[in-house]
Amino acid sequence: MKLHEYQAKQLFDQVGIPVPFGMVAHTPEEAARCYETVRQQRKAPEGFLCNVKAQLHAGGRGKVGGVVMVKSPQEAATHAARLLGKRLVTKQTGPEGLPISSVLIDERTTLAKELYLALTIDRFHAQPMVLASAKGGMDIEEVAATDPAAIVREAIDIDRGLTEPACERIAKALALSGGHASVCAATLRGLWQIFLETDAALIEVNPLGISTANELLAVDAKVTLDDNALFRHPKLAAWRDESQEHPLELKASRIGISYVGLEGNIGCLVNGAGLAMATNDMIMLSGGAPANFLDVGGGANVEQVTNAFAIILADTRVRAVLVNIFGGIMRCDWIAEGLLKATAQLDVKVPIVVRLQGTNVEEGRRLLAGAKQLNLISVDALDEAARKVVEVARG
Amino acid sequence: MSILIGTDTKVIVQGITGQAGSFHAERMLEYKTQVVGGVTPGKGGTTTLGVPVFNTVAEAVTATGAQATVIFVPAQFAYPALTEALDAKLPLVVVITEGIPTLDMIRIKQRLKTLPTRLIGPNCPGLITPGACKIGIMPGYIHKPGSVAVISRSGTLTYDAVYQLTQASLGQSTCVGIGGDPVIGTSFVDLLPLFEQDPGTEAIVLIGEIGGTEEEEAAAFIKAHVKKPVFAFVAGRMAPKEKRMGHAGAIIAGGKGTADEKFAALQAAGVTIIDSPAAIGRTVAARLKLHPASRSR
Repeated sequence: MKLHEYQAKQLFDQVGIPVPFGMVAHTPEEAARCYETVRQQRKAPEGFLCNVKAQLHAGGRGKVGGVVMVKSPQEAATHAARLLGKRLVTKQTGPEGLPISSVLIDERTTLAKELYLALTIDRFHAQPMVLASAKGGMDIEEVAATDPAAIVREAIDIDRGLTEPACERIAKALALSGGHASVCAATLRGLWQIFLETDAALIEVNPLGISTANELLAVDAKVTLDDNALFRHPKLAAWRDESQEHPLELKASRIGISYVGLEGNIGCLVNGAGLAMATNDMIMLSGGAPANFLDVGGGANVEQVTNAFAIILADTRVRAVLVNIFGGIMRCDWIAEGLLKATAQLDVKVPIVVRLQGTNVEEGRRLLAGAKQLNLISVDALDEAARKVVEVARG
Repeated sequence: MSILIGTDTKVIVQGITGQAGSFHAERMLEYKTQVVGGVTPGKGGTTTLGVPVFNTVAEAVTATGAQATVIFVPAQFAYPALTEALDAKLPLVVVITEGIPTLDMIRIKQRLKTLPTRLIGPNCPGLITPGACKIGIMPGYIHKPGSVAVISRSGTLTYDAVYQLTQASLGQSTCVGIGGDPVIGTSFVDLLPLFEQDPGTEAIVLIGEIGGTEEEEAAAFIKAHVKKPVFAFVAGRMAPKEKRMGHAGAIIAGGKGTADEKFAALQAAGVTIIDSPAAIGRTVAARLKLHPASRSR
């Protein structure tokens, strides 16, 4: 689960990581009031420079008008009105963009230097890891690709935690000394505390800036939490902004179905994540394009199959559906029954290619063969099924 | 022959009175796996499926002499269950549970460094030595004793692969589902040396997925240390970047961990690449035709 920048900065603030002073607004009027509060808090004169920053779960907003400089409450209100309720399209959002329901009004800091700091998990070594780079402010993946030596990695032993020498090494890699090095160490300790206490999967500070007033502070903040650990963080779970999620993916996740929307026109219903990925690969190899990834889960029943069909068919681009089930614990005859009920109930018009294999497959195929009124094509092998579905999707 | 488990492996089931635990314990017993007991806190002293239930893993191990445990405990309670299994110093711990927090697994992995325990999973189907012992949730009947090893990050895709092998008259020595999570107890590189040394294994099939670097590490190991023929399929060529494909581990982050990169690394290590998930059985069969000894018994 991703947090918004303002939520992440709230966590930062609680552990003493310096962030630019700011407030979140949901309406233009609120934005104007926030501007005034921020200005007064900083004891600044009129004309004080603030940012209005669109809050959305994607980067790249600065380049498309999602971050603007304002110098009065009126300007703050005007830009908030321009952004709120709209969808912002960035290079990370896809063509539909993401809706903006809040803006962060914060003090504008002019930066002399931009650094990069992140805490994540090194999967292979099963250890938390700090990533630090003096090349902050830009796309870190680009840095990783063009100048990998510019990124320093520091593994953390989960039992011992973040040690002083580790903090010193990171500060040195960022060419920080004196006061900046100690603020950097405090920031790292704060990030580590958040990491452990929230079960974070990723915390990213890009940029970690040095202002022209010579202050080190977290100018932007991205936090992703481990979905599997949300059960022990009910307060954070309540911060979830469902408007930032794909509506069908959200609907699916609520009922235990794993669905990811893709660009093609062949709907897929599969049991198991690996088999679902392999099925999509197979469609591609046969010259087609899947409309989705869908793992119906291990304990799928008639209701679950019906739900899965409803989700697949809610995507109007779908011209044909491929059902690929390897019955293990799940019996093929149950799946066949579910399919027949689901297609009857939902009045499915598009052709459905079904490949059943595994437990009770004969009975499952017999059930499907008996249902001649439906546009069901039963196929034994996966490659044959993929070819067939690509063919019928072309019409 | 086989690795890790065989006819004499005694297993306990943690969470044996739960829905999944009891269902699969029964299937394991049907497969003639030596399920010698179960653990459910508070239900010690009772009997289920004809085996005794204990309150703790320690009690169960003392009473039964179990060498392995299989964990079905729900994710929220998995950490204490795992800790108990590690405390009991069992040689083999198999974790079927899906959805365990990553930091919990990191703490468990840290402890494993000091223990003789082999941990398989989590979020995996378990492992099976066909005809001898099944510890997990895979359908037993699709397997057949033989000499092809299977190591996989997937569940149903593994069943499909095994089914294809069996259809092609290729039996399996041991099939291990290592799990689809970002942090797992045992990776390809941990099992490859065991299969390389196992006289009952003639060939090894790897089934990978996008995300992480397990396949690349496996490729490096194979290049340096594995003489037996290795075959590989990697799922998720189609997957877009930054999207999680069902398995928590299956995500391409920053252009790393793509299927193409993994295929390339494996190919460079001399592994026979299987392009299509439908061609697993026939590809292995075609290559092994030159070595009739490796056909199933």
